[in-house]
Amino acid sequence: MARLTIDDLKKIKEKQKSTFALREGGYRAKVTVHMGTCGIAAGAREIMTSLLDEIEKSKVEDVITTTSGCAGLCAREPMVTVEILNKPPVKYGDLDGEKIREIFKEHVLGGNPVEKYALVVGSETTY
Amino acid sequence: MKDLSLHILDIAENSITAEASEIKIKIIEDTRENILSIEISDNGKGMDEETMKKVFDPFFTTKACKRTGLGIPLLAQSARECNGDLDIKTEKGKGTAIHVFFQYDHIDRKPLGNIGDTIIVLVASHPGIDFIFEHRRNDSLYSLNISEIRQELDGVPMNSPDVIKFIKDDISAWLISTDNMLQ
Repeated sequence: MARLTIDDLKKIKEKQKSTFALREGGYRAKVTVHMGTCGIAAGAREIMTSLLDEIEKSKVEDVITTTSGCAGLCAREPMVTVEILNKPPVKYGDLDGEKIREIFKEHVLGGNPVEKYALVVGSETTY
Repeated sequence: MKDLSLHILDIAENSITAEASEIKIKIIEDTRENILSIEISDNGKGMDEETMKKVFDPFFTTKACKRTGLGIPLLAQSARECNGDLDIKTEKGKGTAIHVFFQYDHIDRKPLGNIGDTIIVLVASHPGIDFIFEHRRNDSLYSLNISEIRQELDGVPMNSPDVIKFIKDDISAWLISTDNMLQ
């Protein structure tokens, strides 16, 4: 059985409701981790858990994460796409747990793309 | 793939591509029966007969941007290397269920790996999907139903850091407490 009790969930609900009301519903940044078979085999899950860890530590409420499939550049996995509201998306490749933490601090929080890890700037369809 | 929890993440991502709204992940570790069994089932769009025939072919994919489809062939191979197998049931429009099993103590069986990470990554990246996770280790059963948690949380998104942390801690506490059950 799960050990999560109704009381635990109520506590989360109360805490979150207060911050929730402050938000206007929209998200400022979205980070997409490429989670195809190639990405997962290359370490995409660690990229995502590092991101979730950074989001928790930095207490930001307006960053969401999601996954996509293979973008056709399997040799450059693990890859992520960072989209900041009203800015062109930036794709990063050959990542690891440390690099994604740097990208999170510099680009997602600071707004400055990390050029040395970037592959491409601009829109591209992912499948 | 290094371990089975990564395969589970990979197969569950297929369910998401198939537009599932509910995904069940059921793991059984039974040392008395000497079996490790994993079942991933969804209510996505399913496969037609033509697609189903080609699903074990590593050079078949439904995606236009690539030429290989390695997810299922790799998992099937991992299972067959340790006296197990992989079986798929699918119906167009209804969903797909994948069942894979392994000889538990086979020397070549991949470790299960960090299943907690797989679950939180799935929930955090797809907060709208109803995941049902069940994990049995001999006599101890763990179950997590995202749809029930969502109702209880009443509007708080499932990808809130607090919710994710709770789920992660809950799973790892159960895993630690049941580790000696597999001896």
